Amino acid sequence: MKKNKMIERAIHSVFLILGLLTVGCVLLITIYLVISGIPAITEIGVFDFLFGTKWASTADMPSYGILPFILTSVYGTAGAILIGVPIGFFTAVYLSKLADPKVKAFMEGAVSLLAGIPSVVYGLVGMLVLVPAVREIFDIPDGASLFSAIIVLAIMILPSIIKVSMTALEAVPKEYEDASLALGATPVETYFRVSVPAAKSGIAAAVVLGVGRAIGEAMAVMMVSGNVPNMPSLFQSVRFLTTAVASEMSYSSGLQQQALFSIALVLFLFIMLINATLNFFLKKEKD
Amino acid sequence: MSDIMTAKDLNLWYDKTQALKNVNITIPEKSITAFIGPSGCGKSTFLKTLNRMNDLIPTVKITGEVCYNGQNIYDSIVDVNELRREIGMVFQKPNPFPMSIYDNIAYGPRTHGIKSKVKLDEIVEQSLRDAAIWDEVKDRLKKNALGMSGGQQQRLCIARALAVKPKILLMDEPTSALDPISTSRIEELAIELKKSYTIVIVTHNMQQAVRISDNTAFFLLGELIEYGETEKLFSQPVDKRTEDYITGRFG
Repeated sequence: MKKNKMIERAIHSVFLILGLLTVGCVLLITIYLVISGIPAITEIGVFDFLFGTKWASTADMPSYGILPFILTSVYGTAGAILIGVPIGFFTAVYLSKLADPKVKAFMEGAVSLLAGIPSVVYGLVGMLVLVPAVREIFDIPDGASLFSAIIVLAIMILPSIIKVSMTALEAVPKEYEDASLALGATPVETYFRVSVPAAKSGIAAAVVLGVGRAIGEAMAVMMVSGNVPNMPSLFQSVRFLTTAVASEMSYSSGLQQQALFSIALVLFLFIMLINATLNFFLKKEKD
Repeated sequence: MSDIMTAKDLNLWYDKTQALKNVNITIPEKSITAFIGPSGCGKSTFLKTLNRMNDLIPTVKITGEVCYNGQNIYDSIVDVNELRREIGMVFQKPNPFPMSIYDNIAYGPRTHGIKSKVKLDEIVEQSLRDAAIWDEVKDRLKKNALGMSGGQQQRLCIARALAVKPKILLMDEPTSALDPISTSRIEELAIELKKSYTIVIVTHNMQQAVRISDNTAFFLLGELIEYGETEKLFSQPVDKRTEDYITGRFG
């Protein structure tokens, strides 16, 4: 009896330690980012850093303004959401409510596969297919641009949007739909006027998850966006917050390196904000 | 009284299991017809063939006819959404939409194209009055319907069904989830409503059938065993099985 209790306690402690390990990692990263991100910001000046429009880290007179990166990340994410959400949403409604079981099984498999493709592959296909196509279609000197990045991001966020929306739509009680059909509404009317409103928190969570995905993506956008620190414009080469850190870190030093940490800190704050929003919607869904 | 619905040789299968066997029945208008019988006897299934709610289950197969005003509702020319507008339904578990009381009632009329605020206000008030719940909810029409008690929710569902001005109201054990006081309010309401509507009610409660219905049909294992005036069916049942059931020997 006593031995059993000891074993219980030991197992309990092991689980607790493993759980704390995760929390510890998050805490460590947060503290490290804050400590290493603050110095450059104080040296450059908060305003000059966040709202400076020129990034020239290796020039004789270096300039560390990250507004181009912030805006590129915001525009890129907004564009991806603008394209990805309607496609993902309607796909989710179709798959959860209208599709034939066989079609549904096939397409769900395809969506899962899309989620499993490594981002470097997205980047590669984007580089070899999308970028040249954009150059041809829009008749611009280089297809590596914000536009190409938006297209790639829109495709990359589809799986999260489709899956999370589907889960929410499938959780809508059948009784609601029956009541609507019994009033003479058609199935499609029922899905859009009863099921979708009933699942709206879950669908909002799907969108926020998509935002998080898009803003945090680095590899794929680096390969299709050209990676020049311009102020964002749809058909120009641009650099994102994520790619700004990734592209210079390997050869940076001194203030330049510290500034890269500061960029990571800004990105981290964005992600935290998105996570808080996501939790808000998920909590609302539970109620 | 003229007949509003007639079923002829109606058979229904779920996959390979036959749930209804050669059901023949005529339902008179502006009266209450009750379906009784033990669980799994097919009474609810038969009710759902009357507004084609069984169509939603992919494995269902139906033969025979159900005529509404002389038209076979399973004929391919029938618009099933129009049919369900005329033959409303109240479910076993109260199922208001997760919206305001007002929007619940206005849902049906809006679906059928009514947009005028004045008209909708009028329909909402009239439907709630007809369902005898107006006085309880008139001050909180904008509140979420899920905050109401079970009995109120069920009367709201009746009001919601009335809002599209049906001719027939199908009720599938509407009081089985309710307390006795709420139950008696729904029963009073049903008796009031039969002045203007035809009501078909499935009930597992024989006293309820006696209290409110004009005609009663007794189902057993998918067959319609006996059908007639309620008073007669309960006092002098013709079939031995009906007698056994109403005297509580099984079920």
